[in-house]
Amino acid sequence: MIEFREVSFVHQNGVKALDGVSLRIESGETVAVVGENGAGKTTLVKQVTGLLKPTSGSVLVDGEDTKSTSTAKLSRKVGVAFQNPDHQLFSESVEEEMAFALRNFGFAPAVVQQRVAWGLELFGLEEYRKSSPLVLSGGEKKRLTLACILAWDPDVVILDEPTVGQDSIQKEKLVGTIGMLRSAGKTVVVVSHDIEFLWPVQPRVVVMKSGRVVGDGPARTLMLERGLLETARVVQPQLVELYQGLKRRPEEPFVDPLEARRWVEEAAGR
Amino acid sequence: MRGGDMADILEIDGLSFRYPDSPKRAVEDFQLTVPEGEIVVLAGPSGCGKSTLLRAVNGLIPHMYGGDYSGDVKVGGASVKESGMRDLAQRVGFLFQNPENQIFMFTVERDVAFGLENLGVSRGDMRERVDEAMRLLGITDLALRAPHELSDGQKQRVALAGVLAMRPKLVILDEPTSLLDPKTAAELVGLVARLRKELGTTFVVVEHRLDLLVKVADRLVVMSEGRKVLEGTPSEVLFGDKAEGYGVAVPAVTRVQKMLVRDGFIPRGGLLTPEELAVAAGGQGP
Repeated sequence: MIEFREVSFVHQNGVKALDGVSLRIESGETVAVVGENGAGKTTLVKQVTGLLKPTSGSVLVDGEDTKSTSTAKLSRKVGVAFQNPDHQLFSESVEEEMAFALRNFGFAPAVVQQRVAWGLELFGLEEYRKSSPLVLSGGEKKRLTLACILAWDPDVVILDEPTVGQDSIQKEKLVGTIGMLRSAGKTVVVVSHDIEFLWPVQPRVVVMKSGRVVGDGPARTLMLERGLLETARVVQPQLVELYQGLKRRPEEPFVDPLEARRWVEEAAGR
Repeated sequence: MRGGDMADILEIDGLSFRYPDSPKRAVEDFQLTVPEGEIVVLAGPSGCGKSTLLRAVNGLIPHMYGGDYSGDVKVGGASVKESGMRDLAQRVGFLFQNPENQIFMFTVERDVAFGLENLGVSRGDMRERVDEAMRLLGITDLALRAPHELSDGQKQRVALAGVLAMRPKLVILDEPTSLLDPKTAAELVGLVARLRKELGTTFVVVEHRLDLLVKVADRLVVMSEGRKVLEGTPSEVLFGDKAEGYGVAVPAVTRVQKMLVRDGFIPRGGLLTPEELAVAAGGQGP
């Protein structure tokens, strides 16, 4: 469980990035954080890793205050794939990159080997096993950082803008990966501008604006609130716009195109 | 068809290119002609050769990256491989995905002027071109601000102003919306459409997120394994059977429209917005 209690954070230059945020994320929840550029989304998730500590208020991860927990202990529990993968990659080869953290966390050599193979296969990176991470494309680097994190099996997985540089095939796989983490009982927090990507995931959605949480609820109800989303410079998913444009519509919006088709065709037949 | 009598600003004729240390060609026998004033979207899976193709248009290939090069690329009628980089910089503008990579001066106006200073443009001429570019992008108020204090959307505008100050005929945008919030991304796409209309600038846009761009694009070109595999109007390509197989993100509402047309529930037609599809499917706005 992750709990923010009246968290404010002021950067060294005096800019207030978080302004009294209170938020409770239960274990096993999938949460999307959305909002305009500079709303405080990345600052919010950095609090969970202990990389940043609140200026006032407190952040608790499984009941322990991040101010009194070591970053080493937190990082075993919380894995983050940052927006810019270049800040996270430093090894000579892709397989070494994956093995590094695993060895640091004290996994046995056989386990390290197995997890590296698993991660490279899952994210389609086997052909680069011996290559330098620096030769990978932006999208491949992002997948590598994600593979590294999942390999040490943290309870909480944080993804900051995971779809940047990914084509639609990779995005669909990412939706699948989030589903896999969800069914394994992980807590998943995704920061993303890509509303069309988030919609089929059907997360709980937290809307941020100017360092505050201005909206919080399940995607299927929160995404109906056009006015609220607009103030945070977020647009509605296309299927929600379609749903709201229909005269006769089901109780809940369509999650995928097939549902929309079925409803329209059945409604026409009635 | 817009501008049938217009000149072709970009002609790629049978281009093939292989990097020195690579066993296979990154671009293979590529053919593309873009008339002046069009907005062309280039899509395709990661690693399909899009970046290589863009480098061959702005001249980094073959001037900076050597390799096996055959065929020809012409911008405004002049062959890229025979043009100098300075000359090319005035004809082809390039906006990177991350504006941080092209903003580095202390004030916005110095940043917008940077490319012109490098070309040795006269002071008076520079002032006029910088002011015009800032006005076009609505950043005149920011002229004396430090770029690093700006929001990501504003930085993107500053970088684009720097590109437009060079008055290029052709502007290449590499995933311009991927770091922007949804509303800012929609505004950038609107801006591209307006600049095309007001200045007649041609845009080639590499983008994975098609939901925004298909409304303003004249043409969608899909690449796979270095080759051009699909080309047509956005509706031709997205309504076809092949786009999804090549990793093209067919927007959700277009997928619904496609199925309803195929099942005979709504007539065939152009790409519809979610609201338009709701009306066509028997609804009416609330």
